[in-house]
Amino acid sequence: MTPPATRRRVWLLSLLLLPFAGLLWVPLYDRTTPALLGLPFFYWYQLLWVPVTAALVWIVWKRGPQA
Amino acid sequence: MNGASHGAPLPDTAARLVFVAFFAVTILAGSTVRWWRRRHPDASHAEEWSLGGRGFGTWVTWFLVGGDFYTAYTVIAVPALVYATGAFGFFALPYTVIVYPFVFLVMPVLWDIARRGGLATAADIVRARFDSRALELAITLSGLAAVMPYIALQLIGIRTVIEALGLPGEASLLVAFASLAVYTWLGGLHAPALTAFIKDIMIYIAVLAAVTIIPLHLGGYGAMLRSAAAHLPAPPPGHALAPGQVVPYATLALSSALAAFLYPHTLTGVLAAQSADTIRRNAVMLPAYTLLLGLIAMLGLMAHAAGIVTTHPSSVVPLLFLSVFPSWFAGFCFAAVAVGALVPAAVMAIGAASLVTRNLMPSLGGGVRASQVSALAIKIGALACVLWLNAQFAIDLQLLGGLWILQTFPALILGLLPWRVSGAAMLVGWAGGTAAGTLLCFADGLKPTHVVGLGAHQVACSTGLLALMLNIALVLVASALPITRLRTRGSAFPNPTR
Repeated sequence: MTPPATRRRVWLLSLLLLPFAGLLWVPLYDRTTPALLGLPFFYWYQLLWVPVTAALVWIVWKRGPQA
Repeated sequence: MNGASHGAPLPDTAARLVFVAFFAVTILAGSTVRWWRRRHPDASHAEEWSLGGRGFGTWVTWFLVGGDFYTAYTVIAVPALVYATGAFGFFALPYTVIVYPFVFLVMPVLWDIARRGGLATAADIVRARFDSRALELAITLSGLAAVMPYIALQLIGIRTVIEALGLPGEASLLVAFASLAVYTWLGGLHAPALTAFIKDIMIYIAVLAAVTIIPLHLGGYGAMLRSAAAHLPAPPPGHALAPGQVVPYATLALSSALAAFLYPHTLTGVLAAQSADTIRRNAVMLPAYTLLLGLIAMLGLMAHAAGIVTTHPSSVVPLLFLSVFPSWFAGFCFAAVAVGALVPAAVMAIGAASLVTRNLMPSLGGGVRASQVSALAIKIGALACVLWLNAQFAIDLQLLGGLWILQTFPALILGLLPWRVSGAAMLVGWAGGTAAGTLLCFADGLKPTHVVGLGAHQVACSTGLLALMLNIALVLVASALPITRLRTRGSAFPNPTR
Protein backbone atom coordinates (compact mmCIF):
# COMPACT_ATOMS: atom_id res chain seq x y z
CA MET A 1 0.00 0.00 0.00
CA THR A 2 1.32 3.45 -0.88
CA PRO A 3 0.59 6.17 1.66
CA PRO A 4 -1.90 8.85 0.50
CA ALA A 5 0.80 11.55 0.42
CA THR A 6 2.86 9.54 -2.07
CA ARG A 7 -0.15 8.78 -4.22
CA ARG A 8 -1.06 12.47 -4.27
CA ARG A 9 2.50 13.35 -5.24
CA VAL A 10 2.49 10.85 -8.12
CA TRP A 11 -0.88 12.15 -9.28
CA LEU A 12 0.37 15.74 -9.20
CA LEU A 13 3.60 14.95 -10.98
CA SER A 14 1.69 13.13 -13.71
CA LEU A 15 0.08 16.50 -14.52
CA LEU A 16 3.51 17.61 -15.68
CA LEU A 17 3.54 14.81 -18.26
CA LEU A 18 0.41 16.15 -19.99
CA PRO A 19 2.26 18.81 -22.09
CA PHE A 20 4.70 16.14 -23.28
CA ALA A 21 1.82 13.87 -24.33
CA GLY A 22 -0.17 16.68 -25.89
CA LEU A 23 2.71 18.15 -27.89
CA LEU A 24 5.01 15.25 -28.73
CA TRP A 25 2.21 13.08 -30.21
CA VAL A 26 2.20 15.20 -33.35
CA PRO A 27 -0.53 13.31 -35.34
CA LEU A 28 -2.95 14.58 -32.67
CA TYR A 29 -2.72 18.12 -34.03
CA ASP A 30 -1.22 17.82 -37.52
CA ARG A 31 -4.44 19.12 -39.10
CA THR A 32 -5.80 22.41 -40.35
CA THR A 33 -9.40 22.27 -39.04
CA PRO A 34 -11.12 23.55 -36.98
CA ALA A 35 -9.59 26.95 -37.61
CA LEU A 36 -9.82 29.71 -35.02
CA LEU A 37 -10.02 33.29 -36.31
CA GLY A 38 -8.54 32.08 -39.56
CA LEU A 39 -5.65 30.35 -37.77
CA PRO A 40 -5.38 26.62 -38.63
CA PHE A 41 -5.76 24.11 -35.77
CA PHE A 42 -2.05 23.20 -35.93
CA TYR A 43 -1.03 26.70 -34.82
CA TRP A 44 -3.65 27.63 -32.24
CA TYR A 45 -3.56 24.20 -30.58
CA GLN A 46 0.15 24.55 -29.87
CA LEU A 47 -0.21 28.17 -28.75
CA LEU A 48 -3.00 27.06 -26.39
CA TRP A 49 -0.59 24.69 -24.64
CA VAL A 50 1.49 27.67 -23.49
CA PRO A 51 -1.03 29.00 -20.92
CA VAL A 52 -2.22 25.45 -20.13
CA THR A 53 1.34 24.35 -19.28
CA ALA A 54 1.95 27.44 -17.17
CA ALA A 55 -1.28 26.66 -15.27
CA LEU A 56 -0.34 23.00 -14.76
CA VAL A 57 3.10 23.90 -13.42
CA TRP A 58 1.50 26.45 -11.11
CA ILE A 59 -0.98 23.87 -9.77
CA VAL A 60 1.77 21.30 -9.12
CA TRP A 61 3.87 23.96 -7.40
CA LYS A 62 1.08 25.26 -5.15
CA ARG A 63 -0.37 21.84 -4.30
CA GLY A 64 2.89 19.90 -4.29
CA PRO A 65 5.09 18.81 -1.39
CA GLN A 66 7.78 21.39 -2.08
CA ALA A 67 5.35 24.32 -1.75
CA MET B 1 21.78 44.30 -48.79
CA ASN B 2 22.49 42.03 -51.75
CA GLY B 3 21.39 41.45 -55.30
CA ALA B 4 19.37 38.35 -54.47
CA SER B 5 16.89 40.20 -52.28
CA HIS B 6 14.13 42.58 -53.23
CA GLY B 7 10.77 43.69 -51.93
CA ALA B 8 11.97 46.17 -49.31
CA PRO B 9 12.92 49.85 -49.52
CA LEU B 10 16.40 50.99 -48.53
CA PRO B 11 16.92 52.23 -44.97
CA ASP B 12 17.57 55.94 -44.46
CA THR B 13 19.38 58.12 -41.96
CA ALA B 14 16.47 58.16 -39.50
CA ALA B 15 16.65 54.38 -39.18
CA ARG B 16 20.40 54.50 -38.56
CA LEU B 17 20.14 57.28 -35.99
CA VAL B 18 17.44 55.50 -33.99
CA PHE B 19 19.45 52.29 -34.15
CA VAL B 20 22.70 53.86 -32.97
CA ALA B 21 20.98 55.81 -30.18
CA PHE B 22 19.25 52.80 -28.64
CA PHE B 23 22.26 50.52 -29.04
CA ALA B 24 24.64 53.05 -27.48
CA VAL B 25 22.38 53.82 -24.51
CA THR B 26 22.09 50.11 -23.70
CA ILE B 27 25.83 49.53 -23.87
CA LEU B 28 26.43 52.55 -21.66
CA ALA B 29 23.82 51.47 -19.10
CA GLY B 30 25.22 47.94 -18.92
CA SER B 31 28.88 48.95 -18.70
CA THR B 32 28.36 51.45 -15.91
CA VAL B 33 25.99 49.31 -13.84
CA ARG B 34 28.70 48.90 -11.22
CA TRP B 35 28.79 52.62 -10.42
CA TRP B 36 25.16 53.47 -10.21
CA ARG B 37 23.64 50.39 -8.63
CA ARG B 38 22.68 51.42 -5.12
CA ARG B 39 24.18 48.52 -3.20
CA HIS B 40 27.17 46.68 -4.53
CA PRO B 41 28.30 44.17 -1.96
CA ASP B 42 31.94 43.32 -2.58
CA ALA B 43 31.95 43.87 -6.34
CA SER B 44 35.49 42.50 -6.58
CA HIS B 45 34.30 39.05 -5.61
CA ALA B 46 34.26 36.47 -8.42
CA GLU B 47 30.81 35.18 -7.50
CA GLU B 48 29.46 38.72 -7.71
CA TRP B 49 30.87 39.09 -11.24
CA SER B 50 29.88 35.67 -12.56
CA LEU B 51 26.66 34.88 -10.68
CA GLY B 52 25.45 38.28 -9.48
CA GLY B 53 26.06 37.07 -5.92
CA ARG B 54 23.24 34.50 -6.38
CA GLY B 55 20.86 37.27 -5.45
CA PHE B 56 18.54 37.74 -8.45
CA GLY B 57 14.87 37.82 -7.52
CA THR B 58 11.88 36.65 -9.54
CA TRP B 59 11.68 39.54 -12.00
CA VAL B 60 15.39 39.91 -12.67
CA THR B 61 15.60 36.13 -13.21
CA TRP B 62 12.62 36.27 -15.53
CA PHE B 63 14.20 38.96 -17.68
CA LEU B 64 17.70 37.43 -17.51
CA VAL B 65 16.72 33.84 -18.36
CA GLY B 66 14.18 35.08 -20.90
CA GLY B 67 16.86 37.30 -22.42
CA ASP B 68 19.44 34.58 -22.65
CA PHE B 69 17.27 31.63 -23.62
CA TYR B 70 15.25 33.45 -26.33
CA THR B 71 18.24 35.00 -28.07
CA ALA B 72 18.50 37.44 -30.97
CA TYR B 73 19.52 34.51 -33.08
CA THR B 74 16.07 33.09 -32.30
CA VAL B 75 14.41 36.23 -33.62
CA ILE B 76 16.36 35.83 -36.88
CA ALA B 77 16.60 32.03 -37.19
CA VAL B 78 13.12 30.82 -36.23
CA PRO B 79 11.32 33.01 -38.83
CA ALA B 80 14.08 32.08 -41.30
CA LEU B 81 13.32 28.37 -40.79
CA VAL B 82 9.58 28.99 -41.04
CA TYR B 83 10.16 31.04 -44.21
CA ALA B 84 12.14 28.16 -45.71
CA THR B 85 10.09 25.17 -44.50
CA GLY B 86 6.66 26.45 -43.39
CA ALA B 87 4.89 24.76 -40.49
CA PHE B 88 7.90 22.55 -39.71
CA GLY B 89 9.81 25.55 -38.33
CA PHE B 90 7.23 25.78 -35.55
CA PHE B 91 8.83 22.91 -33.64
CA ALA B 92 10.44 25.69 -31.58
CA LEU B 93 7.01 26.15 -30.01
CA PRO B 94 6.45 22.66 -28.46
CA TYR B 95 10.17 22.72 -27.57
CA THR B 96 9.84 25.89 -25.51
CA VAL B 97 6.64 24.63 -23.85
CA ILE B 98 7.74 21.19 -22.64
CA VAL B 99 11.00 22.64 -21.37
CA TYR B 100 9.17 24.26 -18.41
CA PRO B 101 7.83 21.18 -16.60
CA PHE B 102 11.43 19.93 -16.89
CA VAL B 103 12.85 23.19 -15.51
CA PHE B 104 10.31 23.11 -12.67
CA LEU B 105 11.27 19.61 -11.60
CA VAL B 106 15.03 19.64 -12.09
CA MET B 107 16.46 23.14 -11.81
CA PRO B 108 15.45 23.92 -8.20
CA VAL B 109 17.25 20.72 -7.16
CA LEU B 110 20.38 21.71 -9.10
CA TRP B 111 20.22 25.24 -7.66
CA ASP B 112 20.06 23.84 -4.13
CA ILE B 113 23.04 21.55 -4.65
CA ALA B 114 25.02 24.36 -6.26
CA ARG B 115 24.33 26.84 -3.47
CA ARG B 116 25.11 24.43 -0.67
CA GLY B 117 28.38 23.39 -2.29
CA GLY B 118 29.36 26.85 -3.59
CA LEU B 119 29.21 25.43 -7.13
CA ALA B 120 28.81 27.61 -10.23
CA THR B 121 28.93 25.35 -13.32
CA ALA B 122 27.58 22.05 -14.62
CA ALA B 123 31.10 20.61 -14.38
CA ASP B 124 31.32 21.69 -10.70
CA ILE B 125 28.09 19.83 -9.96
CA VAL B 126 29.24 16.71 -11.80
CA ARG B 127 32.58 16.75 -9.93
CA ALA B 128 30.73 16.97 -6.62
CA ARG B 129 28.48 14.06 -7.58
CA PHE B 130 30.98 11.65 -9.14
CA ASP B 131 34.30 12.83 -7.72
CA SER B 132 35.93 12.35 -11.13
CA ARG B 133 38.31 14.91 -12.61
CA ALA B 134 38.12 13.22 -16.04
CA LEU B 135 34.31 13.48 -16.13
CA GLU B 136 34.52 17.09 -14.94
CA LEU B 137 36.82 17.89 -17.87
CA ALA B 138 34.53 16.08 -20.30
CA ILE B 139 31.53 18.14 -19.18
CA THR B 140 33.66 21.32 -19.36
CA LEU B 141 34.73 20.62 -22.94
CA SER B 142 31.14 19.90 -24.03
CA GLY B 143 30.01 23.16 -22.47
CA LEU B 144 32.76 25.24 -24.08
CA ALA B 145 32.36 23.60 -27.51
CA ALA B 146 28.61 24.14 -27.42
CA VAL B 147 28.63 27.76 -26.28
CA MET B 148 31.40 29.19 -28.52
CA PRO B 149 29.48 28.88 -31.82
CA TYR B 150 26.42 30.20 -29.99
CA ILE B 151 28.32 33.43 -29.18
CA ALA B 152 29.44 33.56 -32.81
CA LEU B 153 25.79 33.37 -33.92
CA GLN B 154 24.88 36.31 -31.69
CA LEU B 155 27.63 38.35 -33.37
CA ILE B 156 26.25 37.24 -36.74
CA GLY B 157 22.79 38.38 -35.57
CA ILE B 158 24.20 41.86 -34.86
CA ARG B 159 25.98 41.90 -38.22
CA THR B 160 22.76 40.93 -40.02
CA VAL B 161 20.83 43.96 -38.77
CA ILE B 162 23.77 46.34 -39.18
CA GLU B 163 24.20 45.27 -42.80
CA ALA B 164 20.45 45.64 -43.32
CA LEU B 165 20.90 49.29 -42.29
CA GLY B 166 23.38 49.65 -45.12
CA LEU B 167 26.44 50.02 -42.89
CA PRO B 168 29.67 48.14 -43.59
CA GLY B 169 29.56 44.63 -42.07
CA GLU B 170 33.14 43.92 -40.95
CA ALA B 171 33.76 47.28 -39.30
CA SER B 172 30.42 47.22 -37.51
CA LEU B 173 31.08 43.69 -36.32
CA LEU B 174 34.26 44.93 -34.66
CA VAL B 175 32.32 47.77 -33.01
CA ALA B 176 29.71 45.30 -31.78
CA PHE B 177 32.45 43.05 -30.45
CA ALA B 178 34.24 45.87 -28.64
CA SER B 179 30.93 46.97 -27.08
CA LEU B 180 30.27 43.44 -25.89
CA ALA B 181 33.76 43.10 -24.46
CA VAL B 182 33.65 46.35 -22.47
CA TYR B 183 30.16 45.67 -21.28
CA THR B 184 30.93 42.19 -19.94
CA TRP B 185 34.32 43.11 -18.49
CA LEU B 186 32.94 45.99 -16.43
CA GLY B 187 29.45 44.83 -15.59
CA GLY B 188 29.77 41.08 -15.09
CA LEU B 189 26.43 39.29 -14.89
CA HIS B 190 24.83 42.49 -13.60
CA ALA B 191 25.23 44.07 -17.07
CA PRO B 192 23.06 41.58 -18.99
CA ALA B 193 20.67 41.32 -16.02
CA LEU B 194 20.02 45.04 -16.24
CA THR B 195 19.96 45.39 -20.03
CA ALA B 196 17.71 42.34 -20.33
CA PHE B 197 14.93 44.67 -19.14
CA ILE B 198 15.66 47.10 -21.98
CA LYS B 199 16.05 44.29 -24.50
CA ASP B 200 12.82 42.56 -23.61
CA ILE B 201 10.71 45.69 -23.62
CA MET B 202 12.16 46.63 -27.03
CA ILE B 203 11.62 43.12 -28.46
CA TYR B 204 8.05 43.02 -27.12
CA ILE B 205 7.25 46.39 -28.72
CA ALA B 206 8.82 45.35 -32.04
CA VAL B 207 7.10 41.96 -32.22
CA LEU B 208 3.69 43.10 -30.99
CA ALA B 209 3.75 45.89 -33.56
CA ALA B 210 4.76 43.39 -36.24
CA VAL B 211 2.07 40.84 -35.44
CA THR B 212 -0.70 43.44 -35.31
CA ILE B 213 0.30 45.83 -38.09
CA ILE B 214 1.48 43.32 -40.69
CA PRO B 215 -1.68 41.14 -40.77
CA LEU B 216 -3.75 44.36 -41.02
CA HIS B 217 -1.72 45.22 -44.13
CA LEU B 218 -2.29 41.77 -45.54
CA GLY B 219 -5.99 41.26 -44.79
CA GLY B 220 -5.96 39.26 -41.54
CA TYR B 221 -4.29 36.03 -40.42
CA GLY B 222 -6.41 33.72 -42.57
CA ALA B 223 -5.71 35.61 -45.80
CA MET B 224 -2.05 35.98 -44.81
CA LEU B 225 -1.59 32.24 -44.20
CA ARG B 226 -3.35 31.31 -47.45
CA SER B 227 -1.14 33.70 -49.35
CA ALA B 228 1.98 32.36 -47.61
CA ALA B 229 0.97 28.75 -48.39
CA ALA B 230 1.23 29.50 -52.10
CA HIS B 231 5.00 30.03 -51.68
CA LEU B 232 5.69 26.87 -49.64
CA PRO B 233 5.73 23.16 -50.47
CA ALA B 234 2.16 21.95 -49.93
CA PRO B 235 1.49 19.34 -47.22
CA PRO B 236 -1.23 16.70 -47.84
CA PRO B 237 -4.72 18.29 -47.78
CA GLY B 238 -5.97 18.88 -44.24
CA HIS B 239 -2.50 18.54 -42.71
CA ALA B 240 0.09 21.11 -41.68
CA LEU B 241 3.17 18.88 -41.96
CA ALA B 242 4.40 16.49 -44.66
CA PRO B 243 4.28 12.82 -43.52
CA GLY B 244 8.09 12.63 -43.28
CA GLN B 245 8.21 15.70 -41.02
CA VAL B 246 6.10 14.35 -38.15
CA VAL B 247 8.76 12.31 -36.32
CA PRO B 248 11.52 14.92 -36.84
CA TYR B 249 9.13 17.58 -35.50
CA ALA B 250 8.52 15.68 -32.25
CA THR B 251 12.06 14.40 -31.70
CA LEU B 252 13.72 17.74 -32.44
CA ALA B 253 11.32 19.41 -30.01
CA LEU B 254 12.18 16.86 -27.30
CA SER B 255 15.96 16.87 -27.82
CA SER B 256 16.06 20.69 -27.91
CA ALA B 257 14.02 20.86 -24.71
CA LEU B 258 16.28 18.42 -22.87
CA ALA B 259 19.40 20.27 -24.04
CA ALA B 260 18.14 23.83 -23.48
CA PHE B 261 19.05 24.25 -19.82
CA LEU B 262 22.30 22.27 -19.93
CA TYR B 263 24.11 25.11 -21.74
CA PRO B 264 26.51 27.22 -19.66
CA HIS B 265 24.50 30.41 -20.27
CA THR B 266 21.07 29.06 -19.34
CA LEU B 267 22.49 27.30 -16.30
CA THR B 268 24.27 30.50 -15.23
CA GLY B 269 20.95 32.35 -15.40
CA VAL B 270 19.28 29.69 -13.26
CA LEU B 271 22.06 29.38 -10.68
CA ALA B 272 22.12 33.18 -10.19
CA ALA B 273 18.57 33.05 -8.81
CA GLN B 274 17.96 34.00 -5.21
CA SER B 275 16.10 30.83 -4.16
CA ALA B 276 14.70 27.56 -5.47
CA ASP B 277 11.23 29.09 -5.38
CA THR B 278 12.44 31.92 -7.63
CA ILE B 279 13.10 29.23 -10.24
CA ARG B 280 9.74 27.50 -9.67
CA ARG B 281 7.92 30.80 -10.03
CA ASN B 282 9.85 31.41 -13.23
CA ALA B 283 8.84 28.02 -14.63
CA VAL B 284 5.29 29.39 -14.41
CA MET B 285 6.12 32.85 -15.76
CA LEU B 286 8.69 32.16 -18.49
CA PRO B 287 6.16 30.56 -20.92
CA ALA B 288 5.04 34.14 -21.63
CA TYR B 289 8.14 34.34 -23.82
CA THR B 290 7.03 31.21 -25.67
CA LEU B 291 3.84 32.99 -26.68
CA LEU B 292 6.07 35.73 -28.06
CA LEU B 293 8.19 33.12 -29.84
CA GLY B 294 5.08 31.69 -31.51
CA LEU B 295 4.32 35.17 -32.83
CA ILE B 296 7.93 35.66 -33.92
CA ALA B 297 7.73 32.37 -35.85
CA MET B 298 4.68 33.77 -37.67
CA LEU B 299 6.96 36.49 -39.10
CA GLY B 300 8.37 33.83 -41.45
CA LEU B 301 4.92 33.27 -42.95
CA MET B 302 4.16 36.99 -42.98
CA ALA B 303 7.29 37.60 -45.04
CA HIS B 304 5.92 35.36 -47.81
CA ALA B 305 2.57 37.09 -47.68
CA ALA B 306 4.31 40.49 -47.78
CA GLY B 307 6.10 39.48 -50.96
CA ILE B 308 9.62 39.25 -49.51
CA VAL B 309 11.80 37.18 -51.83
CA THR B 310 15.34 36.35 -50.75
CA THR B 311 17.80 33.52 -51.07
CA HIS B 312 19.20 34.38 -47.60
CA PRO B 313 16.56 33.26 -45.08
CA SER B 314 18.43 35.03 -42.26
CA SER B 315 17.65 38.40 -43.83
CA VAL B 316 13.89 37.66 -43.89
CA VAL B 317 13.13 39.52 -40.64
CA PRO B 318 15.18 42.67 -41.44
CA LEU B 319 13.66 42.83 -44.94
CA LEU B 320 10.15 42.39 -43.55
CA PHE B 321 10.62 45.17 -40.99
CA LEU B 322 12.04 47.51 -43.65
CA SER B 323 9.19 46.82 -46.04
CA VAL B 324 6.32 47.21 -43.57
CA PHE B 325 7.43 49.72 -40.94
CA PRO B 326 8.34 53.40 -41.24
CA SER B 327 12.10 53.67 -41.46
CA TRP B 328 12.66 55.05 -37.92
CA PHE B 329 10.66 52.17 -36.41
CA ALA B 330 12.58 49.62 -38.47
CA GLY B 331 15.73 51.17 -36.91
CA PHE B 332 14.20 50.68 -33.47
CA CYS B 333 13.41 47.02 -34.24
CA PHE B 334 16.96 46.42 -35.47
CA ALA B 335 18.31 47.93 -32.26
CA ALA B 336 16.04 45.51 -30.37
CA VAL B 337 17.62 42.59 -32.23
CA ALA B 338 21.17 43.88 -31.69
CA VAL B 339 20.62 44.51 -27.97
CA GLY B 340 18.89 41.14 -27.89
CA ALA B 341 22.15 39.61 -29.07
CA LEU B 342 24.32 41.42 -26.51
CA VAL B 343 22.45 40.05 -23.50
CA PRO B 344 22.82 36.33 -24.27
CA ALA B 345 26.34 36.79 -25.69
CA ALA B 346 27.47 38.36 -22.42
CA VAL B 347 25.88 35.61 -20.30
CA MET B 348 27.39 32.97 -22.58
CA ALA B 349 30.86 34.47 -22.24
CA ILE B 350 30.45 34.66 -18.45
CA GLY B 351 29.20 31.06 -18.21
CA ALA B 352 32.06 29.86 -20.40
CA ALA B 353 34.58 31.88 -18.36
CA SER B 354 33.37 30.14 -15.20
CA LEU B 355 34.01 26.79 -16.90
CA VAL B 356 37.54 27.88 -17.80
CA THR B 357 38.50 29.32 -14.41
CA ARG B 358 36.78 26.75 -12.21
CA ASN B 359 37.03 23.52 -14.19
CA LEU B 360 39.45 23.68 -17.10
CA MET B 361 42.29 25.57 -15.39
CA PRO B 362 41.56 25.85 -11.66
CA SER B 363 45.22 26.82 -11.18
CA LEU B 364 44.33 30.32 -12.45
CA GLY B 365 42.75 31.00 -9.08
CA GLY B 366 39.19 32.15 -8.63
CA GLY B 367 39.63 35.92 -8.97
CA VAL B 368 37.53 38.29 -11.03
CA ARG B 369 40.48 39.16 -13.28
CA ALA B 370 40.92 35.53 -14.36
CA SER B 371 37.20 35.36 -15.22
CA GLN B 372 37.33 38.65 -17.12
CA VAL B 373 40.34 37.55 -19.16
CA SER B 374 38.79 34.15 -19.90
CA ALA B 375 35.52 35.73 -21.00
CA LEU B 376 37.47 38.03 -23.33
CA ALA B 377 39.48 35.15 -24.78
CA ILE B 378 36.28 33.22 -25.46
CA LYS B 379 34.71 36.17 -27.25
CA ILE B 380 37.86 36.64 -29.36
CA GLY B 381 37.54 32.98 -30.32
CA ALA B 382 33.92 33.52 -31.35
CA LEU B 383 34.85 36.66 -33.31
CA ALA B 384 37.63 34.80 -35.12
CA CYS B 385 35.12 32.11 -35.96
CA VAL B 386 32.86 34.71 -37.61
CA LEU B 387 35.60 36.71 -39.34
CA TRP B 388 37.89 34.02 -40.69
CA LEU B 389 35.65 31.02 -41.00
CA ASN B 390 32.24 31.60 -42.52
CA ALA B 391 28.82 32.05 -41.00
CA GLN B 392 27.68 28.63 -42.20
CA PHE B 393 30.50 27.11 -40.16
CA ALA B 394 29.14 28.76 -37.01
CA ILE B 395 25.64 27.51 -37.81
CA ASP B 396 26.90 23.94 -38.37
CA LEU B 397 28.95 24.07 -35.19
CA GLN B 398 25.95 25.32 -33.25
CA LEU B 399 23.96 22.34 -34.52
CA LEU B 400 26.71 19.99 -33.37
CA GLY B 401 26.91 21.94 -30.11
CA GLY B 402 23.30 21.01 -29.36
CA LEU B 403 24.22 17.36 -29.84
CA TRP B 404 27.33 17.69 -27.67
CA ILE B 405 25.62 19.47 -24.80
CA LEU B 406 22.84 16.86 -24.78
CA GLN B 407 25.47 14.23 -23.98
CA THR B 408 26.00 15.89 -20.59
CA PHE B 409 22.38 15.06 -19.68
CA PRO B 410 23.10 11.67 -18.02
CA ALA B 411 25.91 12.97 -15.81
CA LEU B 412 24.23 16.23 -14.82
CA ILE B 413 20.51 15.35 -14.71
CA LEU B 414 20.32 11.56 -14.29
CA GLY B 415 23.12 12.01 -11.75
CA LEU B 416 20.54 13.65 -9.49
CA LEU B 417 18.88 10.27 -9.04
CA PRO B 418 20.23 8.03 -6.27
CA TRP B 419 21.70 5.57 -8.77
CA ARG B 420 24.83 3.58 -8.10
CA VAL B 421 26.74 4.76 -11.16
CA SER B 422 30.46 5.56 -11.28
CA GLY B 423 32.10 8.54 -12.95
CA ALA B 424 33.92 6.11 -15.22
CA ALA B 425 30.63 4.63 -16.46
CA MET B 426 29.29 8.13 -17.12
CA LEU B 427 32.48 8.96 -19.01
CA VAL B 428 32.06 5.89 -21.22
CA GLY B 429 28.50 6.94 -22.08
CA TRP B 430 29.55 10.56 -22.73
CA ALA B 431 32.42 9.52 -25.03
CA GLY B 432 30.32 6.99 -26.95
CA GLY B 433 27.33 9.33 -27.38
CA THR B 434 29.48 12.30 -28.42
CA ALA B 435 31.61 10.33 -30.89
CA ALA B 436 28.74 8.39 -32.47
CA GLY B 437 26.50 11.46 -32.69
CA THR B 438 29.23 13.58 -34.29
CA LEU B 439 30.05 10.88 -36.84
CA LEU B 440 26.37 10.36 -37.73
CA CYS B 441 25.87 14.10 -38.09
CA PHE B 442 28.85 14.43 -40.44
CA ALA B 443 27.80 11.34 -42.41
CA ASP B 444 24.37 12.93 -42.93
CA GLY B 445 25.88 16.18 -44.22
CA LEU B 446 25.33 18.16 -40.99
CA LYS B 447 21.59 17.70 -40.79
CA PRO B 448 19.90 17.56 -37.38
CA THR B 449 18.09 14.29 -38.09
CA HIS B 450 19.21 10.78 -38.99
CA VAL B 451 17.13 8.20 -40.85
CA VAL B 452 16.65 4.96 -38.94
CA GLY B 453 14.78 1.83 -40.00
CA LEU B 454 11.97 0.74 -37.68
CA GLY B 455 10.76 -2.55 -39.11
CA ALA B 456 9.52 -1.75 -42.60
CA HIS B 457 9.39 1.99 -41.82
CA GLN B 458 12.12 4.52 -42.38
CA VAL B 459 11.85 7.47 -40.01
CA ALA B 460 14.09 10.47 -39.52
CA CYS B 461 14.84 11.05 -35.84
CA SER B 462 16.82 13.75 -34.03
CA THR B 463 20.47 12.68 -34.13
CA GLY B 464 21.09 14.19 -30.70
CA LEU B 465 18.35 12.05 -29.20
CA LEU B 466 19.73 8.88 -30.85
CA ALA B 467 23.18 9.69 -29.46
CA LEU B 468 21.65 10.29 -26.01
CA MET B 469 19.95 6.89 -26.08
CA LEU B 470 23.25 5.25 -26.97
CA ASN B 471 24.92 7.29 -24.22
CA ILE B 472 22.46 6.07 -21.56
CA ALA B 473 22.66 2.48 -22.81
CA LEU B 474 26.47 2.61 -22.55
CA VAL B 475 26.24 4.03 -19.00
CA LEU B 476 23.98 1.14 -17.98
CA VAL B 477 26.27 -1.47 -19.55
CA ALA B 478 29.39 0.09 -18.05
CA SER B 479 27.75 0.17 -14.60
CA ALA B 480 27.51 -3.60 -14.76
CA LEU B 481 31.08 -4.24 -15.95
CA PRO B 482 33.64 -4.94 -13.23
CA ILE B 483 36.14 -2.36 -14.52
CA THR B 484 33.79 0.64 -14.56
CA ARG B 485 31.44 -0.46 -11.77
CA LEU B 486 31.02 1.77 -8.74
CA ARG B 487 33.30 0.53 -5.99
CA THR B 488 32.74 3.07 -3.25
CA ARG B 489 29.56 3.26 -1.22
CA GLY B 490 28.53 6.77 -2.25
CA SER B 491 25.66 6.84 -4.72
CA ALA B 492 24.42 10.41 -4.55
CA PHE B 493 25.59 13.89 -3.56
CA PRO B 494 27.72 14.02 -0.42
CA ASN B 495 25.17 16.22 1.38
CA PRO B 496 21.72 14.96 0.47
CA THR B 497 19.33 17.80 -0.24
CA ARG B 498 16.11 16.15 0.79
